[in-house]
Parts: sequence; structure tokens; C-alpha cells
Amino acid sequence: MTAMQAVFLLLGLVTFISAVMVVVSPQLIHAGLWLVLTLAGVAGLFVLLEAPFLAVVQVVIYIGAIAILIIFAIMLTRRMLRDEGRQLNSLWAGALVVTLILYAVLVFLILQEPSLAAASQPIQAESSVLLADLGRALVDVDRFILPFEVASVLLLAALIGAIYVARPMMAGEDRERQE
Amino acid sequence: MIPLSWYLILAAGLFTIGLFGVLARRNAVAILMSIELMLNAVILNLVAFWRYGQPVDISGQVFAIIVFAVAASEAAVGLALILSIYRRRSTVAAEDINMLKW
Repeated sequence: MTAMQAVFLLLGLVTFISAVMVVVSPQLIHAGLWLVLTLAGVAGLFVLLEAPFLAVVQVVIYIGAIAILIIFAIMLTRRMLRDEGRQLNSLWAGALVVTLILYAVLVFLILQEPSLAAASQPIQAESSVLLADLGRALVDVDRFILPFEVASVLLLAALIGAIYVARPMMAGEDRERQE
Repeated sequence: MIPLSWYLILAAGLFTIGLFGVLARRNAVAILMSIELMLNAVILNLVAFWRYGQPVDISGQVFAIIVFAVAASEAAVGLALILSIYRRRSTVAAEDINMLKW
């Protein structure tokens, strides 16, 4: 076992265990903190995959924005959480069976596929050259500018929609509803 | 070196854990967290396939960045909906949110 494999196994173990804790943790705020650890583990895996930009994006957007937003939402809706004892619904046993079967099938298929077993060596590439190419590809008219712009518009629309949906109820709203 | 299948098995594990959370959790915020886990597994898969497939072609990373943007907008809209429901109905339990049922 090489050092890289040991690092991968360590990161993978941390990611896996904290992902399980996200799902089973009875305290929702703890689940949010475990989510941060999971996302950090995936960021480490991006570093192992020699995608440093994506690792930074993962830390800044996922941990810095999405996870913190979720923790804020947990705190804002906290009053209800303490009252409820159960965190899992009545169908959790069936869900467990279904997901275990799905995982077994996926692992079986991954181990079966000969082309995946053959790909044991990542192809060598200069990552700083790739990073410059990534920046250029996103704004190049012939390459990815259309998906890039569509994603920007989607993000803008989603944020405006979020502000509209989450705004406090106005005084005039009840009148609107009665009309 | 690390075989590609290790990454895929780990990502499959993350995805199924997230799926279990979506199916079994009662709290809507916890369901949203599980969806984030699933999206992260997808991004990990995309980056792994990019790295072991054609790293000279950058499209795998571009794909991952688009998924990041979609995940961010999904989280924003989802949390806004949950907060709005909480304000009107004082609940975040998924089985109590039945305004669209009749």
C-alpha cells in the first residue's frame, strides 16, 4: 500500500463515517456540523484527484455558504426540533433495506466492469496548465460560455426567488389573500 | 496508485447514505442536507471520471462547476421554502407539510 492509498483510505473513512452521522444524528445541529466534516473530506479527495480549484470551490461554496446556510436554517427553525423525539419516519427500515440493496448492486457493478478495473493509474497532466485552461474554457465563445451563462442566470433567478419566498409576511398580504 | 473503483465505491456510499436520509428523515432541513450529500457524491464521481479519463479535456471540471452552481441555487430555494413553511405552519416535519395534498 502506497502513501497515497493510505491517505485516500483515511479521508474516505472520515467522509463515510461523518456522512453516516449526518443521517443518523438525533440532534440536528450536530448533523449540520458532521455535514461540514463530510464536505471537508470530499474537498480533500479533490486535492488527491489533482483538482485544486474544485477543492477551493468546495470549501468556499459548500462549507462557507451552503453548510452555514443550512446551520442558520436549523437555528431559525429550532423551537420545533426539541419537541419532537423521533428523527426518522415510520418507513426508515424499508428505506434502509432499499439503500443497502442499491449500494450492494452499485459496488457489484463497479467491481464487475473491466474498464474501471483497468483504470488504476491517473493520466499525467500539468495541473497549473489545466487551471488556466479551465478559466479560459468557461468564457470561450466556442466552448462553455453558454452553460456558464445559463448557470449564472439560474443562480440569479434562484436567489431572487429565495428572497421572494422567504420574505416576512407583509401587512397587505392578508388583504390580497381575501380578495 | 489509487484505483478509480475506490473513488466510485466511496461516491456510491455517499449517494446511498444521502438517499437513506432523504427517504427516512422527518425533518425537512435534514432532508435538504441529505440531498447535498447526494450532490457531493455526484461531483466526486464527475471529478474522478475526469481525472482517470481525459484530464487534458477540461470539460469534466466545467461540468462539476455547473453542478456546484445548481447545488447552491437548490439549497437557497429549498431553505427559503422551509423557512416560509415554518413561518406559516410552525412545523418543519415533512409529513406535516401537506398543503398541496387534497
